[in-house]
Amino acid sequence: MAKIIVVTSGKGGVGKTTSAAAISTGLALRGKKTVVIDFDVGLRNLDLIMGCERRVVYDLVNVIQGEAGLNQALIRDKRVENLFILPASQTRDKDALTKEGVAEVLEQLKSDFDYILCDSPAGIERGAQLAMYFADEAVVVTNPEVSSVRDSDRILGLLGSKTQRAEQSLDPVKEHLLITRYNPSRVTSGDMLTLEDIREILAINLLGLIPESEAVLRASNQGVPVTHDAASDAGQAYADTVARLLGEEVPLRFHEVQRKSLLGRMFGGGRR
Amino acid sequence: MKLLEFLKRERKKSASVAKERLQIIVAHQRSQRGQPDYMPMLERELLEVIRRYVHVDDNAIQISLDREDNCSVLELNVTLPKG
Repeated sequence: MAKIIVVTSGKGGVGKTTSAAAISTGLALRGKKTVVIDFDVGLRNLDLIMGCERRVVYDLVNVIQGEAGLNQALIRDKRVENLFILPASQTRDKDALTKEGVAEVLEQLKSDFDYILCDSPAGIERGAQLAMYFADEAVVVTNPEVSSVRDSDRILGLLGSKTQRAEQSLDPVKEHLLITRYNPSRVTSGDMLTLEDIREILAINLLGLIPESEAVLRASNQGVPVTHDAASDAGQAYADTVARLLGEEVPLRFHEVQRKSLLGRMFGGGRR
Repeated sequence: MKLLEFLKRERKKSASVAKERLQIIVAHQRSQRGQPDYMPMLERELLEVIRRYVHVDDNAIQISLDREDNCSVLELNVTLPKG
């Protein structure tokens, strides 16, 4: 039986899709059969980040409306075995998603997969609420910045009230904090919220910390999830995040300023 | 130059300002969690009614809904001006 995990944030542009792509890739690399679903109907982007945009034929809305079978719409990842992508529709309006339709798709996927990741759209409207509705766990992606933290708190409120688990008084959705775009040197200089600040304000467990990294843009440029860049700080930070999601205890990395050697400072370009 | 350094030192680090502002707004958001959707409207209309009789500030009215076992208690606090 698959575990359903929503990747959400409220605020846009904080790294939901990057994180959904990186975490699903990481889970598949660890041997878990994983599917990642784009819920951003009208503004799909997960396909681009996963590098499969030219292989999209059918999408989530086609499946819900019975125009295509699930197996026709699922795209098999070219790099990792056990990883599949279900893209969002590019053309139709957001009302094309129905709770019953989403329930049916998830039900079909559940028996076949270990993990189902739902990449939520920004905002707190229908698409975002449907992405989280059936979730067992939630990864709340947060930047160390006031509007992102505030929106994450709003999302935590919704996770506690507008999900199936909340409505049916089941065990609550397990909430994880994922801090992205963390810049240790700005934290040290006092111009960025510390991870302890964010954790204290939101009062949820820290799943991972992804440093601000040049590797992320490089990865999205190429359509290769950053987890594949195992030499990069962000790639390693996502691998740690995935390990913690699987219940392993992994010490936190990349939260302190890295001291560069003299040679590194003279010849090293940007951080990898 | 000395003056500049002095001013710089006096300035509060921006991250601690951010933290304080967030703690206040998040506490406010949480106090509203789970309350019915009509509460902000109810609050506004109650304020209008009170203002027909006495002039009060926007923040002179505090309204909260507490759930107990089998009923809810609507608590309304209005600070009236002196005189």
